[in-house]
Order: sequence, then structure tokens, then C-alpha cells
Amino acid sequence: MKNKVAITGNEAVAQAMKQINPDVVAAYPITPQTEVVQIFSSFVSNGQVDTEFVTVESEHSAMSAAIGASAAGARAMTATSSQGLALMFEMVYIASSLRLPIVFPVVNRALSGPINIHCDHSDAMGVKDAGVIQLFSENAQEAYDNMIQAVRIAEHPDVLLPVSVNFDGFITSHALDVLEVLDDETVKNFVGQYQPEEYLLDAQNPVSMGNFDMYDFYFEHKRQQVAAMEAAKKVIEEVGKEYEAISGRKYGLVDAYRLDDAEMAVVVLNSAAGSAKGVVDELREKGLKVGVLKPRVFRPFPFEAVQDALKKVKAVAVLDRAETFSTLGGPMFADVRTALYDLKNDIKVINYVYGLGGRDLRLEDVEKVFDDLANIVKSGRADKFVNYLGLRE
Amino acid sequence: MATLKELAKVEERFVGGHRLCAGCGHGISVRMVLNAAEDANVVVGCATGCLEVASTIYPYTAWNCSFIHSAFENAGATISGVEAAYKSLKKQGKIDKDFKFVAFGGDGGTYDIGFQSLSGAMERGHNIVYVCLDNEAYMNTGIQRSSATPMGADTTTSPAGKVVPGKQQPRKDLTAIMAAHNIPYAAQTAISNWQDVHRKAKKAFDVEGPAFINILSPCPRGWRYNTPDIVELVKKAVETRFWPMYEVENGKWKLNYKPKKYVPIEEFLKPQGRFRHLFAPGNEHVIKAIQKEVDERWLALLERCGETPELPPK
Repeated sequence: MKNKVAITGNEAVAQAMKQINPDVVAAYPITPQTEVVQIFSSFVSNGQVDTEFVTVESEHSAMSAAIGASAAGARAMTATSSQGLALMFEMVYIASSLRLPIVFPVVNRALSGPINIHCDHSDAMGVKDAGVIQLFSENAQEAYDNMIQAVRIAEHPDVLLPVSVNFDGFITSHALDVLEVLDDETVKNFVGQYQPEEYLLDAQNPVSMGNFDMYDFYFEHKRQQVAAMEAAKKVIEEVGKEYEAISGRKYGLVDAYRLDDAEMAVVVLNSAAGSAKGVVDELREKGLKVGVLKPRVFRPFPFEAVQDALKKVKAVAVLDRAETFSTLGGPMFADVRTALYDLKNDIKVINYVYGLGGRDLRLEDVEKVFDDLANIVKSGRADKFVNYLGLRE
Repeated sequence: MATLKELAKVEERFVGGHRLCAGCGHGISVRMVLNAAEDANVVVGCATGCLEVASTIYPYTAWNCSFIHSAFENAGATISGVEAAYKSLKKQGKIDKDFKFVAFGGDGGTYDIGFQSLSGAMERGHNIVYVCLDNEAYMNTGIQRSSATPMGADTTTSPAGKVVPGKQQPRKDLTAIMAAHNIPYAAQTAISNWQDVHRKAKKAFDVEGPAFINILSPCPRGWRYNTPDIVELVKKAVETRFWPMYEVENGKWKLNYKPKKYVPIEEFLKPQGRFRHLFAPGNEHVIKAIQKEVDERWLALLERCGETPELPPK
């Protein structure tokens, strides 16, 4: 049974957490994530979940307690944003290396400084190399759907890695959206029970976790994490198919929008993909062959899916909502460009950094990007690789 | 209380194969504490530090019970997550066995970098025991001063130099700070008195809610003493009143041992290389300052414990 509701992104994610009914949630409030833990704590107070809610004194402790709980054999979650994710940075690496399937929403917000509470992806990009699977969500519906699928992805025996579910602060977290939620029983059956192979509370089989690992084993353990990331791609697609069967909504590694015959494409994460799709529809009306590629999964990077979706285009603009300060553009630009380089199709790939600190991406900005791409296609030349959208220079 | 013979029958949870130094206080303390858990199922949490690196070198482990280390500053938070998992799974009928939870951290991981995490865990009221193995400096990284390092000690970041004679500040009084959390049980003990350690550890495991125990755990490399003399040295720490043995149960302070006569602090300082410079001419004032601080803290402790505030007869 499906149910149409009008709720915010944060409410949708809290609702998903309620239906997943995790054994332990350890979390600390931070704008714009706060609502998620507030709403969830009311579920705890009203006996609507079986969860032990650990009201930790920091995000570092939030991930640490989630690690303790997950290692003990519980299905554990946390939730955060921005500085909170930066503070738990150390523990994200450790959760991954301990191979603990902790699921955590990240309500994307700009990192300090200067301090800012609005959306960009600098928080998520800070942990892109930490060994955590990163799912991105265009809207509240996708955030809800990603949360439920994340449990199955994280706990799959071929994966066993933490999964973060990213969605845009305020834009998605606080805006009212109409979405379909599944009924409790369907979600319960879909996520099933967490059955770890080894766990601290197995009285018959005590286990040591978090051992000191020297040059004789550390490297192999890191390689195993990479293998799990590689395996995750197939698992994400399989779980997506299963989820389609219960929800009617399709989920893969990437969302290719009107790319079949496209000559020009924009690659963009999260809510901005919605704006880009709107512009594409308008330009298509004018006869332009344009499309959008929205990676749903950023880590592991869907290298083959990106190649496959973009192999026929002539020019691509990658829109990054984060800086790297490398002076070589944003983080996603580097990955997409690498993927396309190997095709040897002479696809021109340029980068736009946009929306830092919550600056709106206007439809005219996206139109400008397609104008630039049209000029590149016409002239066969791309002179400037790193560009800024909607910025006063 | 059980006899030593009876205690010896409890299965060891910290076994051979670990690589702690000869004459280190950690192994002795850990075995004594875990012995008091008797036949319970125990999960041990551990902060990064000597104990962790010396006991869990992959693929080996010296732990005969479940053990988790995740990082340096978060043993309190990590073990509280384990305990929350236990409560949740037990309540839901997903597990049926009972467990006890204990975390070990050094003074660096407890007084300093892990202080916030520990304070949070204590305030939240988890049913856990936190044991600080206080060796009074960052020994695992090579003897740097911590907030537990006593005044005058020569460490690699408070070196005794031509102008500055070792650490300038007195120790942080962590046991009192833990007691100020109004937890059911906080205590300070020393391995020179196994009955005291055993009784306190047992009480810590038995009380409902968080318990904290601070154990003075000498480090042969950092303190520079003759390793076989470790227990004698701890005895001197107690007799000089440098390390009083006391407990705070449900807000009630109790002194567990009162030296019969006044033993000057020099008795504790002298056998240790880290204080050797204090006995050079010109540094008498430092020893005097240490003595003054020990005496003042002792008198304050007596008052808190409802004892007559007077120094032992000289």
C-alpha cells in the first residue's frame, strides 16, 4: 500500500528511520539536520520504535557510539550536517575500516569558515575518500527511498560499509514536498533483520575489534575496503531493482535524463538536478539536443555508468557545489573528466562551481552553461575549464 | 570478600602474549579489575594507547573476552554505544545473555583528549565502568606531559632544563571531577592493595549506572624506576598521601586508607628518574611546592570524607 503525503525532506527521512526501526540511534543536533533527530526522538518518547536513542555530547561521539553499537551487533544510525560531519571525520574512516554498516543521513550544508548554515556539498566532499558509500537525493522522495535502500546496501555481505544519504540542506530538508511513503510492514519486510557474522555481544564467540594493524596487514585490509566498494555497485543496482518492485520507482547508479541523443550534457548532484532538468525540457522544446546526468551514487564512483551515459555527447559541463582549492576545479569534475578521458571520443569537459554557501542556482545560470557548451561544440574549442556560476567577480 | 585462592579460580580475561613492558602497571591493573567481574560476560572498550597497541597486534589478541578499540578520545562514547546496543537487543529479545561493560583509557585518553566523551557517557547514565590507567603522561608516544603529570616531572614536553625544572602545573583532580558528575560510584585505588582494587572494581561492576575508577599505573620508561619495585613504589605513593585511596558512593565520600605517620614526598620522588633533577641544588623550592600541594589536597580530602582535617604525626 502506498500513501501520498506532503512533508519536508527532514520529515521524510525521520519517517524512513521510524519504519526501519533501528536498534540504536546516536545523534547530536546541527542545523539543518536538527529536525531529523527531534522528530525521531518523539518516536522514541512515544514508544513508536524499539530504538535506544543515545543523546551524545558531540558528533564525534555520535559516530563513536554508533560504531560501538554496530560492532555490538545492533543496527545503528546517526545523522548530521556540515561541521558535525567534519567533527566525526576521523570516525567515518574507522566505521568503514571496521566494516560496520552504519546508515546516516547527511543534510548537506556548507563548511565553515566563514560560518554559514545553507546548502553546499563541501561537507559530503570532505568524506569522499573515507570509504563511505555516498548516495545523493534530488528531493524528499529520493531521500526517503535512499534511506530504506541504504540499509540493505550497507548490510549486504559483499559490502559491509557505512552508507551516507545526502540531501540538500533547507532546499530539500525544509521545503514541503509531495511524496509517496510505503506502509510500515512493507519497509519492515524489505529491510529485514540485521544478522552480523561477528559481534561483541556474541557470548559464545568473543571477538577483538579495532586491532593494531601494522605494515604486514594494513595494506590488505585497505584493499578489501576497495573490493567492497567495487562490489557495492552491483549491490546498489540489485537493491534498486528490488525496491522498484515494492515502490514502482526506479533507482540505479546514475539518473540519465534525456541523454539518448544529446550533444550537450550537464552533470550535477542533488536538488540542482531538478532545476537542470527543467531547463533541459525548455531547451528541448527549442530543438536543442541537451540532457542531464545525475549521479545517484558518488562513492563508489560509477565510472562505467558515467562513460556509458555520456559516450555520445560532444561537450559536458560538470557542476560542482564544492571547492577543492586545488585550482583544478571541483571534486566531481576530476572524476567525470577521468572517466571520459579513457573513451578517447574528444568530449570537451568543463567545470562550473556553483551555489556555495546556499547561493541559488537560477534557471538562467543553467541556460548560460548550455550556451557555453553550444559555443564549445561550434568552435570545437574549450579554453577555460574552471568556471564559477552566479558569482560576483 | 573472596580469598586470593578463590579469586585465582576466575578465568583470566587478559592473557599472555601481550607486549606490555616488564614492570608496567597496566597488565596488573587490568587483570585485577576484570577478575572482579567474576563469571559475567564482559565487553572491554579501550582507548588508543599502550594497552591497546600492546594487546591487539593483528592477527593476535590478548583478550579472552570481546574487545573493541576505535580511537583515542572516544572510549567513553564507544562503550556507551555497546551498552545501548545491549539494552536495545535485550529489550527486544534479540539476545538473552547478560553482559557487563568496562572501558580502559590511559590518562591522556581520559584526563585530556577523551575528557568530553567520558563526561558525556557519565552524564547519560550508561551502565558502564570506566577505568583510567593513570601513568601520568603520554607514555605510548614517548613520555609527553598530560594534565595528569605531577608538578616537577621531567617529560619530553616538560623537560627539566636550565631555567624550567620540569612540569610547572599541579595535576588535574580527575577523580573528584568524576564524582562531581553525581554518578553512583567513583573511586581511586592502587595496585599495592589488591583487596582495595578488587572491592572497588566489584562495586563498580555491581552498581546500576556509571562507575569510574582511577588507578595509579606506573610506567617504567616514563617514571624510570627499578622495574621489580613497581608495587613498592605505588605503596610509597599511597603512604606519602600523593595518591590517596578513597571512594565516593552516591555522593558520600569515604577515605579507605589513612597513613599512620607523615611520610615526606621525597620518599616517592627519589626512586624515580623523572624527579631526579629536583634533588639538585637550587630546586628545593619545587619539592617544597609539591609537598605543599599534597598536604593541602590531603586536608581537603579529609574534610570531604568527614574526617578531622589534620596531617599524620611526623
